[in-house]
Amino acid sequence: MWNKRREEDLKPRPVAPPTSAELAKEGIPISTFATKNSETDIPRSNALIGKSVLIKGQIYSREDLTIDGEVDGTIELQEHRLTIGPHGKVQAGIRARDVVIMGTVHGNIEAADKIDIRKEAKLVGDIKTARIVIEDGAYFKGSIDISRPEATKAQVPKPQAAAAPASPAPQQQPLVSRPVEAK
Amino acid sequence: MLKERLRRLILGRPVGSAQAAEELVSAGIEGKHASQTQKSEDGLSTSYARHSHALEQFACHIRANPGLSILDLGGVRQANVTFITELGHKLYAQDFLRSFSEMLGDSGDRQDDQQQVAIFVEQNLNFPDAFFDGMLIWDLLEFLPPLLLKETVSRLFRIGKPGCHLLTLFHAEERSALVPAYAYRILSQDQLSLISCGLRQPVQVFNNRSIEKLFQQFQSVKFFLTRDQLREVIVLR
Repeated sequence: MWNKRREEDLKPRPVAPPTSAELAKEGIPISTFATKNSETDIPRSNALIGKSVLIKGQIYSREDLTIDGEVDGTIELQEHRLTIGPHGKVQAGIRARDVVIMGTVHGNIEAADKIDIRKEAKLVGDIKTARIVIEDGAYFKGSIDISRPEATKAQVPKPQAAAAPASPAPQQQPLVSRPVEAK
Repeated sequence: MLKERLRRLILGRPVGSAQAAEELVSAGIEGKHASQTQKSEDGLSTSYARHSHALEQFACHIRANPGLSILDLGGVRQANVTFITELGHKLYAQDFLRSFSEMLGDSGDRQDDQQQVAIFVEQNLNFPDAFFDGMLIWDLLEFLPPLLLKETVSRLFRIGKPGCHLLTLFHAEERSALVPAYAYRILSQDQLSLISCGLRQPVQVFNNRSIEKLFQQFQSVKFFLTRDQLREVIVLR
């Protein structure tokens, strides 16, 4: 009674030969992922160092990076985001645009834009950034130096001609060096 | 079990925090002149904001010049970081009590060991002499064992510049076994938010005389009494 249907299923069914239109369709690869047309929809690539990975040395990345393993050395992501995952253990100097910390970091961090320290994070090191977000419960030991855009602009050296001399100016020397004739 | 409970008490983790918070409310500790009182969503902690004369004086000192070095030993908090860094200062932060309990634990032997205490102070207050212009000590001094307290105050004297202001608080109850533990947040130059997070057992109870004695190396000690059973103290290096 219960097996009646299964028996029917087991019987081979006559297969209709594919039409020419279906054959043509088969040649086109179809992605199961949602297609992204506009440039803004393209997901940012993100490299991942997994939980069981240990790296000793220098990491330089041109894409966002997530570290959930262990890294000992230096990490540099010029214009990208670094995320230290909850299992991440990093002992390194870090330079990135944004840094999100959920794991453990021992080392100094320089972030051009923002550092986000989550509540489960443990960070020992000095921070230099433009903005900082710290959740209650995060452990931090070190210094925080907020570098404001105005401050960085002010640090740009002015052209020598514009600089006012503090003391009576000595006779200006030409910048082009000339060979001195030996007498 | 008892040991774990005692450890939590000392660490200030919530021990029956909802009950503790209600006790505070019923005792009127949360400030009769508090500008606002809030209960957290989980109902485990209460917070209120009030005027702080000591903070006002501290802020007045550090507002004079930008680019100062400020030490905060109460753990890093967003509000305090924002306040200090917006004034153009560099903040050195750490959770001194948490580091203390992690390194020296709740064992009396280690806490009384001169060498262990010296190592702890060296690791956690390792700054050049006359380095800081201001220090936010909050209420941590009353939770330190005598030997560590002495070493800590001595080191604070060393690393503070002459004229450096220390902001510290002591509970006013002289006999209380347990005192409310607070997290302190600076809201503005004279407004302080206190978030109660359970009860703690102070190691030592201080009165005005003992506080003056504690800071006898320093130039002056100024007290500000508050209605929430806290003594606010500004110590001038």
